[in-house]
Parts: sequence; C-alpha cells; structure tokens
Amino acid sequence: MLLITCPYCGARPEIEFRGGGEAHIARPSDPAAVDDQSWAEYLYYRSNPKGVHAERWLHVHGCGRWFNAVRNTVSDSFEQTYRMGEPRPDATKERR
Amino acid sequence: MASDLSAHSFRLANGGRIDRSRPVRFTFNGRTIDAYAGDTIASALLANGIHLVGRSFKYHRPRGILSHGSDEPNALLDIDRGAGRRDPNNRATVVEALDGLAARSQNHWPSLDFDLGAINDRLAPMFAAGFYYKTFKWPRTFWHRLYEPAIRAMAGLGVAPTESDPDRYTQRNAHCDVLVVGGGPSGLAAALAASESGARVILADEQAELGGTLLHDRISQIDGRAADTWRAETLATIAARPDVIVLPRTTVFGYYNHNHIAMVERVTDHLQAPPAGLPRERLWQVRAKKVILATGAHERPLAFADNDRPGIMLAESVRAYINRYAVAPGRQIVFAGVTGSAYQAAADAKSAGLAVTFVDVRDPTQCGEEVGELRALGVEVLTGHTIIGSVGRKRVAGLIVAPVNGPGDVGAHRTLPCDAIAMSGGWTPAVHLFSQSRGRLQYRDAIDAFVPGASAQSECSAGAANGTYDLAATLDEGWRAGAEAAGTTASRSFAVAPSTRTDSGRARSLPTDRDADRVRAFLDFQNDVTVKDIKLAVREGFQSIEHVKRYTTTGMATDQGKTSNMLALGIVAEALERPVPEVGTTTFRPPFTPVSFGAIVGQARDALFDPIRKAPLHDWAEAQGAVFEPVALWRRARYFPQAGEGMHAAVSRECRAVRSNVGIFDASTLGKIEVVGPDAAEFLNRIYTNAWLKLAPGRCRYGLMLREDGFIFDDGVVARIAEDRFHVTTTTGGAARVLVHMEDYLQTEWSDLKVYLTSTTEQWGVIAVQGPKAREVIEPLVEGIDLSPGMFPHMAVRVGRICSVPTRLFRVSFTGELGYEINVPTGHMRTVWDAIIKQGAPFGITPYGTEAMHALRAERGFIIVGQDTDGTVTPDDAGLGGMVSASKRDFVGKRSLVRPDMLLADRKQLVGLTTADPKLVLDEGAQVVADTKAPIPMKMLGHVTSSYWSDACGHSIALALVSGGRARLGETLHATTPSGFAAVKVVTPVFFDAEGKRVHGGLEHV
Amino acid sequence: MSERSAISVSVLGAGATYSLRIAPELVASVREAAGFDLTGSINTAISTGAKIAARLGPDEWLLIGPDGQSNALSDEIGAALAGHFHSLVDVSHRNVGISVAGREASMVLNAGVPIDLGDAAFPAGSATRTVLGKAEIVLMRPDADRVYRVECWRSFAPYVRAFLEETAREFNSQ
Repeated sequence: MLLITCPYCGARPEIEFRGGGEAHIARPSDPAAVDDQSWAEYLYYRSNPKGVHAERWLHVHGCGRWFNAVRNTVSDSFEQTYRMGEPRPDATKERR
Repeated sequence: MASDLSAHSFRLANGGRIDRSRPVRFTFNGRTIDAYAGDTIASALLANGIHLVGRSFKYHRPRGILSHGSDEPNALLDIDRGAGRRDPNNRATVVEALDGLAARSQNHWPSLDFDLGAINDRLAPMFAAGFYYKTFKWPRTFWHRLYEPAIRAMAGLGVAPTESDPDRYTQRNAHCDVLVVGGGPSGLAAALAASESGARVILADEQAELGGTLLHDRISQIDGRAADTWRAETLATIAARPDVIVLPRTTVFGYYNHNHIAMVERVTDHLQAPPAGLPRERLWQVRAKKVILATGAHERPLAFADNDRPGIMLAESVRAYINRYAVAPGRQIVFAGVTGSAYQAAADAKSAGLAVTFVDVRDPTQCGEEVGELRALGVEVLTGHTIIGSVGRKRVAGLIVAPVNGPGDVGAHRTLPCDAIAMSGGWTPAVHLFSQSRGRLQYRDAIDAFVPGASAQSECSAGAANGTYDLAATLDEGWRAGAEAAGTTASRSFAVAPSTRTDSGRARSLPTDRDADRVRAFLDFQNDVTVKDIKLAVREGFQSIEHVKRYTTTGMATDQGKTSNMLALGIVAEALERPVPEVGTTTFRPPFTPVSFGAIVGQARDALFDPIRKAPLHDWAEAQGAVFEPVALWRRARYFPQAGEGMHAAVSRECRAVRSNVGIFDASTLGKIEVVGPDAAEFLNRIYTNAWLKLAPGRCRYGLMLREDGFIFDDGVVARIAEDRFHVTTTTGGAARVLVHMEDYLQTEWSDLKVYLTSTTEQWGVIAVQGPKAREVIEPLVEGIDLSPGMFPHMAVRVGRICSVPTRLFRVSFTGELGYEINVPTGHMRTVWDAIIKQGAPFGITPYGTEAMHALRAERGFIIVGQDTDGTVTPDDAGLGGMVSASKRDFVGKRSLVRPDMLLADRKQLVGLTTADPKLVLDEGAQVVADTKAPIPMKMLGHVTSSYWSDACGHSIALALVSGGRARLGETLHATTPSGFAAVKVVTPVFFDAEGKRVHGGLEHV
Repeated sequence: MSERSAISVSVLGAGATYSLRIAPELVASVREAAGFDLTGSINTAISTGAKIAARLGPDEWLLIGPDGQSNALSDEIGAALAGHFHSLVDVSHRNVGISVAGREASMVLNAGVPIDLGDAAFPAGSATRTVLGKAEIVLMRPDADRVYRVECWRSFAPYVRAFLEETAREFNSQ
C-alpha cells in the first residue's frame, strides 16, 4: 500500500485515496470548437509512461481535496505532490 | 538405554530449553507422543524416535524432518486442535507441542507406513520434468474430466477443512520508526541500538523464543557472558524500554510499497487454554520509517542419490535439536558437508555423547584446522570424499561414500552405518523480504550466494541475511544498522569467543560412478524435483532460470524453495556452463511462509464482512415480514408478502394498490447532495444535460447526468429550495460516485464557481406516498403547505412541517401516479411513517417494495440507470434525447454526443418488448436476435434490461436495448429463454398511461 | 507487562451537527461562530465547552453542538457568518457519534484505522476523516484522555460499533 503525501494532510495510506488518472489534461474551454480527433485525444489518449508520471489523486476519505502527484511508475516512489492549479514541478519533467 | 519406541527414547538426559517439569501429550497418526513444554511437534517426534512423517508430493517417497524451522519442506502435518480447529500443511518444525493436539501425516493411502501411491516412485522415469505438459495434452476434453481430477487426487498435500473456522482473527495497523525483522543475534543487537535513543521499535521473530542461533549456541561468549545469558539480558533490556513492541511467533511475510510490512502474529495456538477474547492470529500492517532485515540464512542440502530418506537432515538443525530440544536425531550420526558450521554441529553432537563421523566433500587442501580439531575430539573425518548415495527406506541406515582420486575418478565405495545424516551444502541468506522490497540482489562469490545489493526502499540487512556469518561481525552489523536507523551514531563492538567457523566450499552435484540416469538426487523436496530434472530442462533448451523453475516446478512449493533454490541455481549454472550471476535468480514473492485465510480476512467475516446499510424503516419492514434485497451496500425491502403470498402475488397486489388507491415506500436510500452557493444553478447547468438557470425556487426537475464521454452516468430529481440552494437526488448506488464526479469538476475545472457540496443522503429519510389517494392521505398531516393542485403542482417542492417535523415535501412520481416524496430528518421518519400508515388505513394504504417500484416505473418506461443503461448508453439511445439541451453552449458530455460513433443508426436503443405469450416474463439479460435459424454464432441485436409482469396491463412487459431499435417498432424478434426462443414484438417503451395524465391525479391537465 | 483496562464503546446521544464550508481566507476574519472556534488548522478539533469544531479540510469544518439547539444554533452560526460566502448544512441526522474509551483505545481503533494514532502523530485535539475497516469515519481525540470520538454516517453505525466491540473483546476479557 502506497504512502501518499496529501498536500493538505501529510502522509496518509493509499486506502484513503482514489486515483484519478493522468494529470494536466485540460478540458478544452470550448469543446464545440474542438475537432473529433482532438476530443478523442482529450477523452481517451494517455501517455502511460514507464517512469515519471503526473497524476491526479483524491483524498476522498480525508480532506476531500483533489491534488496532483508526480510518481515514478517503475519504483512507485512519489517525487512530489502539489495542489490542484499549481504547475507541474519542472525539475521532474525531463527525468526518466 | 530405553527401547527406540518408548517415550523420550531419543531425549538427551540433560540440557535443552524444554521444560521437563511440564509434560505434554499429543497424538501423531493416533499414537500418543510424550513431549515437554518447549517442544515443537518435530522435536517431540524425534525425541520419540520418529523420523518418517510424510510422503512426498509426486513420488510418494517416505520423508522425514529435514530442518528445525519455517524452511521445512517435508514435515507437513494436518493439525487438529479439536472443536473444528483443523488445518493442513502445518510445518511440524514450527507447531508447538500442546496437550490434546492431534497431528496427522498427509499425502498417502492407505497409510503412512504403506502407501500405494509409492508406485509412482517405481515409475519415476515417467515423471521427468515437464511430464504433465508432455503427457496430458490430448484429447482436450479429458482435461477437466479425467486428467486434472486424477492428478489432483494423486499429487497434492493436505486436505482443506470443510467446517467453518470457529476461531476469531483480528488485524492491527501500527507505525514505528524501526521495524527489526528477526530476533537472532543481529536483530537483537539492532533492536538494542535502535531503542536506546527512544525510537519506536517493533521487533518481530517467527519463533516462540527470540534468539535465533543463540538458542542452540552452547559455546559462544558474548562480551564475556554465555550466549544465552547475553540473549536473555538483551531481550529484557529491549522489552523494558518504552515504545518497544517485541513480538514472538510473528512472521513478517510481505514487504510492500513504501515500507508497508505485513506480518502475522500467532496469538493463541501455543496456549493450552487461551483466555477468552484473544484472537487466534493477528495480522499486523506496519508502516516503518526504517526496516532492518535480520532474517538469517537457510542451510542447503547436498545433492546426492537418495538424499531424501527420513533421518537425513540439515546439519545445523541436528545441532539445534541436540542443544535446544535435548533430542538426539540419531545415535550414530554421519555429518556430510562443505561448511565450517557443520564441524561445530558435529562437535556438539559428539559432546552430547553421540557417535559421529564426518565426511567433508571438499578437497583436503580446501579444508582448514577444523578437521584437526574435530579429529582431536575422537571423530573420524574423511576429506576429499564424495557421496554416492544412502541406504534404508523409511529410515536412513547408512551413507555410501567414496574417495575422489581425481576428476572423474571415484574410488572404492564405503558404507558408513548410521541412523541419521546431517548434511550441510552451504548457506543461503534469507533475502526473501529484501527481494520483495524490490532491492537488487548481488552474487557474492566468496560465499556462493546472493546477498542484498542496492536498496529500493528504506531498509537495511544485517547479519546472516546480509551474508555475514561471523557472530561478532553479525552483532556489530546489527548494532550499526539499529543505531543508524534510529538516527544515532553511537558505535559499539562486541567481543565474541571463540570465533565462528564461517568457511564454506561450493557444493554442486557430487561426483558419482553410478548411472546418472538412475540417480535421483533431490533438490526441491516438497515438489520432488531432482538434479536430473533440472539437467533435462536445460537439455531441452530452457536457459532462463525463471523458465527452468516453471518447467520443473523447482522452488514453487509452499516453502518457496528456501532450502533448495541456491543449489538448484548452482546446478543450472553448472549445466549451462555459465557463472551463477549470469543465470540470475528467481523472483521472491509474498508470503514468506503460508498465511491463514483467517488472518487475511481478520474481522471481516459474518456480520462484519461488509457494512450492511439498513434503510431507516428496516426494522418496521422486517416486522411486516418484508423480503429484502441488497442494493449496493443497502438492504431494501423488495416486497411485503402477506400470509400465503408468493412474490408474484405480493408484487401484483402492491402495484394494484398504487394504481388504484395509495401505496407507501421507503425511498430513503436515494443519494442526496445539498448544493449551495450563488453559482449553484450555473454549476448544475454544466453538470446536467438539461437547463437549470431558469428553474424557480419551489420547483423540481428531472436531471440527466453524463460522463465526459457522453454516456449516461446518473439521474435524479433536483429541487431548487432557494435561489442559492438545491436539493439534488441521485440513484441509490450512484450517491458516492456522483459526489466525487461533482467535486472533481468543481475543484479542478471550475474552481471559480462559488458552490459547496454536502452529502445529505442520510440526513433525509424519504417516504414516497404514491397513488390517486396520496393527497387525501397526507393532507391532514401537513402544516404550512397548501397541497391543492393549483398551489402545489406536479414537480414542485415545498418546505414546511408534517406531523410537527420539518419537511421538504416533493410532489414527484416515479410510479406514474399522483405522488409525494416526503423528506424528513431521518430520526423522525418512523413517527411520520406511522402517522401516514394510520391516516391511510381507510384508503387501504399498502406498503410496497423495490420490486413493485420497478414494475410500476417500467410500465411508464422510466429507466433505472445501471439497469437499463450500462455505461455505453447515450441519452438518445435511452430515448431521452429530449433531455439534452440544444441551447446550452456546454455541459459535461455534450461534445461527445456528436462524435461519429454516437450518431450511428444501428446503436442499441431502448425499446419495449411484449411477448407473444402474454404470461411469459422474459429473463433480464436475455439476448435478442432477429433470425433464430441463423448459424451460430448468430448476430445478437441486444438484450433485455428490465422485465416484469404488469398487473395494470395484464401481460408481461420488458425493456430492451436493441440495435436500431426505434426503427424496428412493430417487428417481431426473438429473445432467448431457458427453453429456447420466444417471439417478442418491438414496441414503444411506454406500456401504461402513455400520455402521462395520472401524475395529476386525474383532476388537472397540462 | 501491565494491567489492562476495559475498553468502553458507546453510542453518544444525538448532537446538533453541521457541515460548514467556508474559504479559509474568510474564516480568518471571523474566527468564531456561535461559540465554535474556527481558528484550528487542518486535522485539528477545538473544543469549547460542549461545542467541537473539527477542521477536516482547508474549507471544511464539522461542528458538533449540544442536542436540542438545532435551529437556534444554525441561525446563530448563519448570523455570525453573514456576508461571507459559506455553506451550512444540518447533518445531525446523518451522523452518529461513538465514543471509544480506555487505555488501549487507540489499539482497538487501529484494528481498522490505518493511520498512526500514536501521541506524537495524533495528539489531543486531533481530528480527521479516515476509514475504519470498510466504513468511512471522522476520528477525533478532543483531549489528552484516551477517549476518542468516532463519527460515522447513520447506516454505517451498526457496523462501526460492532467492529469496535469485536476488537475490544480481547482487552475486556482478560
């Protein structure tokens, strides 16, 4: 079971959380203006990297906040968690 | 000397940690065994001269006790503690002797002594590696009917109990700074150091007593004290410190992510009369800041012909039985090995008064001064000898050895008579947990073993688990690990005398002059895998150790090859002519040793298996004789049978009451969310497909909610209580996920909206009063709300009081009748319910359950999300295209509705079905086809989603999702039934009151 | 090692309970509403007489007051927060409070609660939403005594209570 650092509550066991898939996939501000392919990519296309992955978590059985995390999908280690709306930490962007 | 069959005939006169003042008696295969407190089943059997304890997995060969710990591959017994407390496959070396316990051997018929299955041993050439794969391939139909049952009956270990487990099990979550796994010398030193600075420490050891090898070490002096004295003092010091938990009989079996450790504590199995209330076992889930793995090492057997006979044991185990349990595994013991530790074991056996011979398979030039020392004790030591085989069957009677004169030159055989053999093929650090932690193993050539390399988590290994075998070094390493884990730098060095013999040769398959094809040298005793099997696998082309493992099954038994893996790996490397590290090692997976289902289940059984959420009127419904059904975690009243009524009659009566008079229904399980804030209407406008901005306070609207992919997600009635306050209802099963869905959009996409959401599902109890007489029934009870149709029309909501209790009164209908849903604070629900029942009695008010509710709504063609939809249904598919606002710029799912796939004409659409036979009620889930003569697999057009007997229609009705369904109105299709196809007609999915007038009570018209 | 004390698990009487949502920057200027002290940080509870204000998230408080004051109390809180955007929802009938008291109370709770309840990690004045077995709960430790308050939803209360009683058995029968 992972130990996840909620940006509001600190380190908590995974059982209190719910995963929300890849982070930083912005909902198009005007969906009607988006073509079918772009909309399909928004809905379904995910990067699924081996390595560093930015993803969404909900502390559902805690403070109830959605937040983002950068996790290494190989080691399962969390490099950082940060509040919704904050930019993805740049330091981890290029690392594998 | 006592006869071999008398009690304690092999018990040494002195020594041991057993309590001779506390005799214990248990039975083995019906025979009474005398033991002492402190014995294991294995030590007690050996004390009584019993080695033969089981038959092997595949060949049914007689097997004895190999080891003294949890690595035991052979001595698996069925243990019966009475009163339904029986479980198979217990290691005799781990189970503590207890009065009245009944142990039985396994895997034989008719008896342990005479086992017909032993014919497999004679047929052994047939059962080479991959035998099953090669033999039972064809014909395919024989697999389930013949091969598998026969193989399972023949091979296999114990028999699972069929009775319910009468014991209780609990679980505990714990946190600590330092978890020390293993209470041997390095673990004790680590715990001592870690606890010195006040750190929170948990020290867990799988044995009854902590101490590991110190428990059978009679010679070492640690800092001037006898090993056992040091052990006892150290343990007392550790245990007395605050924030230290010492757990004996606790196996750490799993090392998971982020230092999440699972361990099982055996709480009562060793107690003669456990105090009531204690669980049998407790599963601990520990989150440790640092883990110290002081898990020790496992001794390896030697691979020689017939190395599996009862009486052939591991050398250190022989030492443990003599020193710790005061048991002589034999009176004439031949030690055979390549390790310095075996010399110490032989010396201890000699000083216990037993006849000892030592065979060192190493070349004399590789042996050290231990040879001379042992000879000085009067022991014959043969060096440079190989082992040709053993003699005996149910008990070893001799070891056949021969000098090795040069490569391929084996000299004259000599049989050393004996009643026990103690072998030592080297040591394997117990790196299981380290490997589970995803740390990388590295091969250390000097000890011919894999040791922990780079860590993946916050842990560190110490002592034998780290390949450090010298006692002083082990203690130093443990101390250092403990101090570092606790964040201190205090160093300490332990003085140990005499120094430990740690030298070890490299044993592979031993030279022999016998026909290699006939020699069976066992590696994996539990799965009956021999050197020959490994070599065959390599000859057949398997090169990866992972493949060899799966093909031969070596290391795949319940002992996970603790004793055998390294030797097997060495043999593979030898056969492949590659160095060991290039062959690599297999993956270690939890659990380290088998864990009972009870411990894993813990408290979660019977009433605590899952929370059962009872609706507020549950007790009332139960008293009325209601039949319940589970809906998510809820239990809901399905119908209320009267005397002599079946479900069909009850549901028809309930439906009739609603259509003709009035019915009452507990709808409290509906999800409810209070949506508050100046932007509440805008928020709902974006979440639902339909429009909300213009809904006036005091009005309700049915809302349809999609996921972003355009498929129906949930639905429900939403009431606007005030300009900035909405009362949202969701489906019973959807309450939690709808709230998560809404919070997701609110927090991540539209954080600018001023809206807060609060779950009120359980704040409000909901009483649905439905039927033409509904108004007359409740009117006298309601205060402050004008119920007249003009003032309180369909789809309106009012806040007032009923029976003096605050209410949010909805005029809504899921039945198609005039109806109300009366929301009252849950704690007041029963009062209001009783008053309505009383008030409704003259009108024949009838309680109805979910079944009638379903039938009534299906008559009107109202969908149930999750029943008539399945996550692939769009509003248009469900016939709810009108619910989708064309004018709204955006809402969740809108863009997806115009994706090309969503517009196809052959999408499955919701239609009604009527059966040619009006009495036939179709099965929900029945497939719908056009042509029953079409070849199989025939094209399936869709399936029945809802199906009921309709009392109002006088015939059965069904809803179905059918490809291009709305274009098929009037067509005859066919639905599957248990006895064939039934002809059905496609109709509009509204079966009753097509114009929807009845919700107005027949008094008003839109 | 040490004598064991009995663990008592008891269902508390109904209280007037509210879910309050308000932005932290707004609450900073209010600080207090109807006797509820709102100045605590996330995962703390401040008791003022018979009133508890547990801050469960950045903008979420669970307010527990004495029973029988339901309407008056909500009006009072509403008045104190007037002019500040907030949401106050009566959840008195949604929630059930259960008290777990006794020296080993934290061990009983830890049978199903996965978080660290040690004195350093969960000192007096702590409060958080978490889980107990398969139920979601709010766990509070109002003061230094070994008395914890478990709040759960009404339909989960029988499960939560039975779970705690089952786990307490080993401490109560020795």
